[in-house]
This record gives sequence, structure tokens and C-alpha cells, in this order.
Amino acid sequence: MSESTTPANDTTANRPIALATRGLSKAFGSLPVARDIEINLPVGARYALIGPNGAGKTTLINLMTGMLAPNAGQILLGSDDITTLGPQERVRRGLARTFQINTLFAGLNALEAVTLVVAERQGLAGRFWRRVASHKETIDEAYEILRRLRLGDSCYQVTRELPYGRQRLLEIALALATKPKVLLLDEPAAGVPQEESGEVFEAVASLSDDLTLLFIEHDMHVVFRFASHIIVLVGGAIFTEGSPAEIAADPGVREVYLGKRKHG
Amino acid sequence: MLSPIFGVLFDGIAYGMLLFVLSVGLSVTLGLMNFVNLAHCAFAMLGGYVTITLVNEFNWPFLATLPVAFATAAVVSIALERTLYRRLYRATDLDQVLLTIGLAFISVSIAAYIFGTIQQPVETPEVLRGSVGFLGLDLGKYRLFLIGVALVVTVLLVAGLEYTRFGAQVRAAVDNQRMARGLGIDVDRAFASTFALGSGLAGLGGALAIEIVGLDPNFAFTYLVYVLIIVSVGGLGSIAGSFAAAILIGVSDVAGKYYAPELGAFLIYLVMVVVLMWRPAGLVGRR
Amino acid sequence: MVSAMTMTPQAYLQAQSRWHPLEIAFWLATLLPFVLFPDYLSLASQIAITALFALSLDIILGYVGIVSLGHAAFFGIGAYTAGLISKFGWGEPLTGLVLATAAAGLVGFAVSFIVSRFRHFTLIMITLGLGLLAFEAANRAHWLTGGSDGLQGVSIWPVLGIFKFDLYGYTAYAYALAALFIIFLGARRLINSPFGLALRGIRENWVRMPAIGADSRAHIRKAFTIAAAIAGLAGALLAQTTENVSLESISFQRSADVLVMLVLGGAGRLYGGLVGAAIFMIARDQFSGIAPQYWYFWIGVLLVTVVMVLPNGILGGLSHIYARWRRK
Repeated sequence: MSESTTPANDTTANRPIALATRGLSKAFGSLPVARDIEINLPVGARYALIGPNGAGKTTLINLMTGMLAPNAGQILLGSDDITTLGPQERVRRGLARTFQINTLFAGLNALEAVTLVVAERQGLAGRFWRRVASHKETIDEAYEILRRLRLGDSCYQVTRELPYGRQRLLEIALALATKPKVLLLDEPAAGVPQEESGEVFEAVASLSDDLTLLFIEHDMHVVFRFASHIIVLVGGAIFTEGSPAEIAADPGVREVYLGKRKHG
Repeated sequence: MLSPIFGVLFDGIAYGMLLFVLSVGLSVTLGLMNFVNLAHCAFAMLGGYVTITLVNEFNWPFLATLPVAFATAAVVSIALERTLYRRLYRATDLDQVLLTIGLAFISVSIAAYIFGTIQQPVETPEVLRGSVGFLGLDLGKYRLFLIGVALVVTVLLVAGLEYTRFGAQVRAAVDNQRMARGLGIDVDRAFASTFALGSGLAGLGGALAIEIVGLDPNFAFTYLVYVLIIVSVGGLGSIAGSFAAAILIGVSDVAGKYYAPELGAFLIYLVMVVVLMWRPAGLVGRR
Repeated sequence: MVSAMTMTPQAYLQAQSRWHPLEIAFWLATLLPFVLFPDYLSLASQIAITALFALSLDIILGYVGIVSLGHAAFFGIGAYTAGLISKFGWGEPLTGLVLATAAAGLVGFAVSFIVSRFRHFTLIMITLGLGLLAFEAANRAHWLTGGSDGLQGVSIWPVLGIFKFDLYGYTAYAYALAALFIIFLGARRLINSPFGLALRGIRENWVRMPAIGADSRAHIRKAFTIAAAIAGLAGALLAQTTENVSLESISFQRSADVLVMLVLGGAGRLYGGLVGAAIFMIARDQFSGIAPQYWYFWIGVLLVTVVMVLPNGILGGLSHIYARWRRK
């Protein structure tokens, strides 16, 4: 586990590439939502994806995970071309994501939900002749993931009754249970009240160095705290990218966010 | 003498037009909010019985009863929408299916109680009886009337959708409900109005159907299957799709009965399943 | 409510799948008709058969979330297969049962490839269409099925060579009840298995399943095949215990009725179908005098009430009341 220091510069620049896109493009009819996107995520990266609303950030994640099919371009996971693979196959190869709006199993409790993910990963989810309860290692692994995210003591509670912040943590737990190599986080702390958002960030900070992270975020404090490299997306295309210091100083980025005239 | 195929075609088209008037309302409301209303043909049955009552009990002329059939079905649908349907807009498919089937059962029982279970005939005006000679064919006047009414309805609907503000809202909501809401369109209200219109049209269709297929309390279910088939095949939310599918089903049904009566309804069901597997959103539908 | 960490996770899950005393009471109660209602044993075996059919629908409706308006197709396939096997000379019930179940399961497997690819309205319509097609096929093929006259010449040999199907229905009820219980045990195990958890996952959040690496379609195909096989088994039981097969067994009526029963009892609770079937059929037996349209009036009222007031059926309502009473 890494310490939660503020990364000053990107130390992963020379590592092999965990996830890459080449010329990724998508249009809905005549509306382009992704234009020739080229991204390289080195192993262990802490990259942030920012941009104004409607820039296509979630769309990009949907393209990467296979929920949306591109019109052109390639997606590479490690050295494998996954462009034509279905979403579940990509997950099995180590690409996981969380959703901006909680997409949880409302009627299952946290333990059941994570156990399900672990069981799927272990190929046990098709078995109908033994009880879940008899699969000790699966359950223990699920519980351990929950415990590490501080969800251990509420793991018997039905998901829909969990406080919102806990649900966001569960959102991450489900993704982590797939043992991903690359994790795409879509606004992990979105909508979480101030008091609880700290837990979410702690969870993100505690993730392993070998895990490659790309997260969408609007809160600049969070971005500068966790990211070693920032990609700015505007109108479906990459506007610019660079270290946090470079981006903070970039007048073009400020313009994109605040508009051509300063307000007030 | 031209071969009977033209007679079959004519009858099939007329039948298809009737089915179109019955189905178009369901297609639009399903396309608008994916609300599965299996009580749709109960409204048709209601319209039919309104006409029967007015003509047989109160000696109204047939044509005058048609707007009343339309209006009664529309009004009843508004009442049901306000009390029951409204609460289920975001409910599961199953709940919607169960509620509306339940309402259909209730209405069928009430109709059987009041009117009995045998078919009731109705007297059509003199001008619509008999047939007209055209290119060596005997074209039934009532069927011509039916085609005419359906075409007028189609024109009005298409014009309404294309040229009115309300129509634009409906089209937007059918296309992408979430975006339409985001743009400030009151989709729930659009649905309620469309629902009333669609149910009214079903009522009109029910009244028109008496002369062609007869009316008994089972109408609500017998024709529900046809309507559902047309809506699925034509595509949810598409007037053009419903129109095409209705003609297809109407002609297939009449042709089937004429040329291959042993097949029965088998052909129609097969057509539906095959079309749905090939194009799950219907021939013209999106999604 | 289990307090935080008094139980290990594994112990908690084990406790969840343990047999509840009410369940044991329920199954003991199914033996009562032998003693208390010996005149109603044939009704009791009808209820057991229908309960099994409802259980099979619960697997796909209550646990996966597929609304099927054509499930009777599999019931009918099982019934006609069992009937035909007997008609063509092999009247041994147990093997006939196995063969009929396999036939229904095979058709279910084929259909599952279609069903797993669609959702919502399209799927409802496809199940309706396929059910109607099955009915029409049975209707038209009267050289094989007897058409609207029903299948004649079904004659079943004694169960295990010893127990003849007597007029009072003792053997029939014992046979049907035993089948119901055994299959129920299997279904209960399935629900508590990782596969059952996956099915609930599909029902709870369809979108999330691929995102956790799950192949939803494969799961659905498996569940649908199992449900079809069980429905076929129920149909075969009907054919064997009544020595008769009619078009009713493959009709839309039967598909709709079993849906009503399941919803009445509460879907997704395994016992919902059993309870719903019992109540529905006892009520229908008691009110058999009244004309069908009035019966359907009350069914309609029931459906509207359940949807608006009791969305999880009777068992759901009871457990809700129980939970609130416990909280006091």
C-alpha cells in the first residue's frame, strides 16, 4: 500500500503501459462524443480525467469498458487488443470501473454483493448444487475487501439501507473484488456529504501501487491531491494533458472552465 | 372478373385499417413511456358498447355515436390514469402487466353482466350498406368508410405530430425520454394526454369493429393479441410502423383464412416472433 | 437483526439458509389432507402439481425477473410427452416422468437462447407469441395430440410396481407431493447457491452484471432451462395422475393463472408460488359454481389490489407485518 502523499510528479512514466487507446472515436449520428482519443496509462498511474460537463468523460469510460462500441480506434489492455471484446470479458482480463450514479444490487447486502463478484471471478457463479455458505474462501475474501474499505461492520445491511457514502464505498468494493489491473473511477465521491467524503478518498489513497487508476473528478482539490497526471477533455477531444502544476498554470484550461470573460 | 386476390386484398386492407385505429394509441403510449397497458382493448370494447347502447336503446344514428364512443373511452381513460396508472409510471413491467390485465378482467366481467355474452349487432345507416362496383370488384361500402376514417385519423395524427408544439414534445419524449425531461418537457403530462387520445381512438375502433367482426365481452382479449402483435411488429412509438404492420397483419389474416384455413392463427404468431427476433424494436422502432 | 460482529460472515450466510421452523410446519401440514380431508385428495394432488408449476415460474420470474406469458408451453410439452409415452405402450410412471422432464428441458434450452437476448416488452411479447404458437401447434396436430378432444388412451402402471393409482387419489397425492418436495429441495439449494446469488444479481441490477465480469445470458439460459424442465415435470405429473391430457394444459389460460397465483403468494420467496397455488385452487374449487366471467371479475380485483396495495403478494405482506411487529 502506498502512503497518501501528494504526488509531485509522475514517477510511473517509464513503466509499461497498462491501458491505451489509439484514435478512439465515437459519434451519435452527427454528434461526435469522442474524437480521435489517444491515452496511455502506465502501470501504477494515478491519472485524472477532467473537463467541463458534456465533455464526454463518462462516454470515454463506457468506450473503454465496452458498454459502448466505438466507430473507430483501438483499445489495448497491456498488449492485448480488447476493442472487440464484450464488457464481461474485459473485466475478466482486469479492467474494472465504478459508476458515477450508484449501480448497486439494492436488495442484496454488502457481503452478498461482494461475494457474488468474487464468485463470478472464481468461476463459481454457475454452480447451483452447493450453498454459498459452504464456500469459505470466497466469503472470506469478500469480507476482507469490505473490511479494508471500512465496510466490515455494515456488511450485513441491505444495500439500499446503507448511507450514501457507504454505498459509494461499496461501489468501489465491487470493482476491487474483480481483482483489476486497471480501475476506472467515475466521480467516486460524487454526491457524498462532506463528513463522509474523507472515507472515500482514504479508500482511493490506500489502493495498491500496482493498480492503475484513471479517475474522473470535478473537485480540483481532490485532483491535485491524488493525481500525478491530468488529462483535460473538452468536446470529446483531448484538450491538453500534463502534470498538475502545468495544468494549473495553463490559461487555456482556465478559459475552458470559466469562459472567455472572467465572471464577477 | 378479376381474381379473388383483389377482394382478399381489399378486405385485408380494410381489416388492417380497423386494426390500425385500434392499435395506434397503444403504440404511441408504449413508445412514450414503455407503459404496458394491456387494458387497451377494454377501452375499445367500451366504445363498442357505448355505440350499441346508443343505437339499440336510444335510437341514435350510428354515425352520431362514433364521437361519443371516442369521447367516453377518452374520459374513462383519464379517470383511470389519474387514479391508478399514474402511480405505476416507474413500476416494473410485471406490475404494469398485472394492473392492466386486472382492469381488463374487471371490465370484461362488467360487460358480460350488463350485456350478456353473445354478440350484439348494430344497425348501420342505409348509406353504408351494400357495395359499390369498381373495376369489376364489389367493394363493400362499410369497408370503404372504414378505410376513409382510418386515413383521416392517420392524417390528423401525423399532422398533429409534425406541426403542433404538443406533437413535437411527444416526438421528443418518444425519441429520448431522459433528454426530453431535461429540456423541461412534462413527459408525464404528455403521456396522460396521449393516453387519453389513444384510448379514445381505441373506443372509436371498437365502435367501428362491430359491423366487421362483431362485439362481445371477449373482444377485450381476442383483439388485444392482434393489437400487441401490430405494436411489436410495427415498432413502439411509430405511427408509420403501426400503419404498415396493421396492413401486413390484416392482409395476412384475411389471406390466411381464405387460402390456408388449417393454419389458423399460427402464421400470425410466427410472423410476430420472427420479426421480433430479427428486429426487437419492431420494423420501424428504435431503441 | 444480527448485531455487528457476533457472527462470522460464513456463519451469517449459513444461518440465512437454515431451515426455519415455519418451513418444517408447512411441509408437515401438507400431510394433513391424508388424514383430515381424504375426500379432497384429488384436489390436493392438483394443488401439488400446480404448486410445482408455480415454483418453476418463480425461478425465472421471482429470481431472474423474466415476465413470461407463455410458461404453460413447457407444462404442456411435459404433459403431452408423458401422455404419448404411455399411449404408445410404456406406462411406467417414473421413467415417463424423467423422459417428459427431459423433453421439456430440451425445448426450454433451445428457447432460452432466444429469451436471454431480449428484455422488457419485446421479451413479454416473445414469450406470449411462443406460448400461443405452442398452443396452436398442439391444436393443429390432432393426429398426435387429439386436438381439442384431448389425448386418449393414457394408462399408467403402478408406481414402483406397487402403488396403483386408485380412485380416491391416495397414490396420486403421495406421488405428486413427493415430487414437489424433492424438486423443492433442489430449488431451495439452487436459490442458496452462488448461481442463485447471480440470478438475484441479474434481477437487482442488470447493468452491473457485465461490469463484475458476469455472463448474464449464460445464467439466464441455465435458469430458463431448469424452469422449463420443472414445468414439464409438473405437466407430466398431471398427465399421469389424471390419465388425460387436454389443450388446457398448454393454453394461455394456464400461463395467466399460474402468473396470478405466483403474484398472489409473492414472487421471489420460493413459498409464494406454493401458497398462491393453494389459495387460488381452493378458492376456485369452492366457487366452481359461478360463471367464469364473474370468477375473473374477482381475479381482476385481486390483481389490482395486489399491485396497488400488496406488491410482494401475501407472503410479502406477512413478512412486512412481522418485521414491523418485531421492531416494536
